[in-house]
Amino acid sequence: MIAELGLVALWLAAALAGLQFLAGFGALWTKMQGLADLARPAALVQALLCALAFVCLLLVFARTDLSVALVAANSHSAKPLIFKLAGAWGNHEGSMLLWVTVMALAGGLIAAVERRLLERTMLATLGAQAFVGLGFYAFLLFSSNPFERLSPAPLEGNGLNPLLQDMGLAFHPPTLYFGYVGLSVAFSFVVGALLTRQVTPEFARVMRPWILGAWVFLTLGITAGSYWAYYELGWGGWWFWDPVENASLMPWLAATALLHSASVLAARDALRAWTVLLGVIAFSMSMIGTFLVRSGILTSVHAFAVDPERGSFILALLTLYIGGALVLFVVRAGTVAEGERFSVMSREGALVVNNVALSAILCVVLLGTLYPLLTEAFGVRVSVGPPYFNPVSAMFFLPMLPILAVGPLLRWRRDSFARVRASVIALVLLALTVLLGVWLWAGVAILPLLGMAVAAMVAVGSVLPLRGRSLRKLPLAVWGMVVAHLGVAVALFGMAADSAFQQERLIAANVGDVVEVGPWAATLEGVVPVAGPNWQAIEASLTLRYQGGDGTLTHPQARAFWQPPQETSEVALVTRWNGQLYAALGNQTEDGRWQLRLWWKPFVTWIWYGGMMIALGGLLALLGRLSVDVRRRLAAGKIARRKADEQVLAA
Amino acid sequence: MRVLLALVALICAAPLAAQDTLPPAPYAYQQLADPAQEAEAAALMATLRCLKCQSQSIADSDAPMAGDMRHQVRTRIAAGEDPEAIRQWLVQRYGDYVSYQPRVSASTWPLFAIPLLLALLAAFILRGRLGKRREPGA
Repeated sequence: MIAELGLVALWLAAALAGLQFLAGFGALWTKMQGLADLARPAALVQALLCALAFVCLLLVFARTDLSVALVAANSHSAKPLIFKLAGAWGNHEGSMLLWVTVMALAGGLIAAVERRLLERTMLATLGAQAFVGLGFYAFLLFSSNPFERLSPAPLEGNGLNPLLQDMGLAFHPPTLYFGYVGLSVAFSFVVGALLTRQVTPEFARVMRPWILGAWVFLTLGITAGSYWAYYELGWGGWWFWDPVENASLMPWLAATALLHSASVLAARDALRAWTVLLGVIAFSMSMIGTFLVRSGILTSVHAFAVDPERGSFILALLTLYIGGALVLFVVRAGTVAEGERFSVMSREGALVVNNVALSAILCVVLLGTLYPLLTEAFGVRVSVGPPYFNPVSAMFFLPMLPILAVGPLLRWRRDSFARVRASVIALVLLALTVLLGVWLWAGVAILPLLGMAVAAMVAVGSVLPLRGRSLRKLPLAVWGMVVAHLGVAVALFGMAADSAFQQERLIAANVGDVVEVGPWAATLEGVVPVAGPNWQAIEASLTLRYQGGDGTLTHPQARAFWQPPQETSEVALVTRWNGQLYAALGNQTEDGRWQLRLWWKPFVTWIWYGGMMIALGGLLALLGRLSVDVRRRLAAGKIARRKADEQVLAA
Repeated sequence: MRVLLALVALICAAPLAAQDTLPPAPYAYQQLADPAQEAEAAALMATLRCLKCQSQSIADSDAPMAGDMRHQVRTRIAAGEDPEAIRQWLVQRYGDYVSYQPRVSASTWPLFAIPLLLALLAAFILRGRLGKRREPGA
């Protein structure tokens, strides 16, 4: 019954999206006020219905209702409740329902609160939002129905991939989806602004919180995903330029560029066409990411060709939205005036460099991700991995970062080099000192070396804007910028330090053996079998000592799940401020010894601290912008009331 | 469970191990004694694809085939072979797919040409947007 209720709610929500689409665009061209009045309520009710459908899905998963095909395929009665719930979106159908739900909630929110833009622009935006939504409703209802029944119901479910039975991964996909959906809202605003020729600073200000929110979620999602791969896969890698990872990185790169160009548009009314184009690209990257992950094309181009239904559907949606938006852009770009001008030495100038570099990196990642798929379609299999992505993306990253260090020091519109000369010279000297110092001291490879030098420069450059300003009066958005830029430096340093100084030890040890790796000594105290709710494991007791200090007793496990049968490695981590010791237990060798894999990873945690700082910076900026918006709205309300009072008095 | 699996694997592998009491790939999970050689091997292994996995290098996989390949790489490095020669040997055996480092060829040149074009395009755009944009009167 619950499943049917969910399905009905979903169909009704789809119908309302159709109404919202007709109302939004219909009112735009027919000027029928009756239609226009329907758009906002349709968006609101649609949001409620979608939320209801999603709650229904959560309920059937919580109860492990095995007569629902999706539950039978992805859940199991012996699973802990939290993973039963996470299982609701840990699969194709459920995750698409989550996507649609978040999108409907976002649409409902803008319908409820956003009143700053011209009503015509808002109607076009809501119409565009509904148009995008309709495609996803069709996809859900026609090819990925999450509420499909199974008859007869099986006695037990298939279980969830054990790799996914982890808190990190339970919340990683929704985080990314929030990001994707935020970009879909930005996309709708772009379409609305293009259709009604209203690419204005006000448009950028309205769109900016959505970009910031999306960007915060994408940053968190990527950071969490990277940490998950690091500790769950058992080999200590944190980024492999895997197509799935790239699928989340590409929207982030586009959103980062969009965020900065929207700031220029909001503050200075420049970069109009460029901002609009980036808005289209950012959502395109979300769609491409979804297509890559959801179509099965990554497993094999041929697997996709054999069962192309879902993939083709997403590809058709992608072509429709992106193609349509690009055509609209080409048609209207001519009517979008270029905007205000600025000189090279200006905040805008630095942001243009940032935008161009980020776009170039985006192209490189897109190329390296899609190229193997393209050649595979022609029967040639090639692999593109870290040896390609690292240097080629660094080619654009490394010139961009020094500009990042200097850019925030510049004034808008026009600045003179003389004003920032001292800071620039100091930053360059700092970078050279670090470069030379690290090279002489440790002789590390060229990319990590450059990474550390640039990280030092960005770290100092990012806090320089605080100099000479009252820290208490500083707007929250400026704090956000400082924290996020500092986060970039911290993450970059972590990446460079881990690549340069990581130490690895693979060894077969007897109980009682002491293994040394870097400054650490590990003692294998014992190995015992243990059992959990849906797994059993071999667990080692491993005492880890840093430079002969107090030992920490850890328990790395080699786990075997039985439904579905799969083995995972539960690693032991000891975190210090200057890095992490990473220990994994492997197989038993024939002579009865145990395989141990130990890594000392100096400063590796800084990668994720940096990622969290970037997200925190985005959050601060978002709160700063929103609080200004709220204050403005309250002030405007007060003025309006006073005017009304005066009129009453005058009468 | 693990021990059982290991036993099954052992029985299956018995014909291979018949001539030799050593396990089939001793260097799959064992580092080379010389740290410089091990570093060379590790760098190479990180750029070779595990053909039985999805998007993992042979350095990051428990798959038996990855273990075999690690053994191959380590023994060849220990014998003094050049890492790039080993890569070539593996590419001849398994095709370009095995190496995460694409080489310039008739089917891969766009991978290298396009970033260069991008760099040119970036320089061109920056010149166009910034170069001639002098403030009137500046």
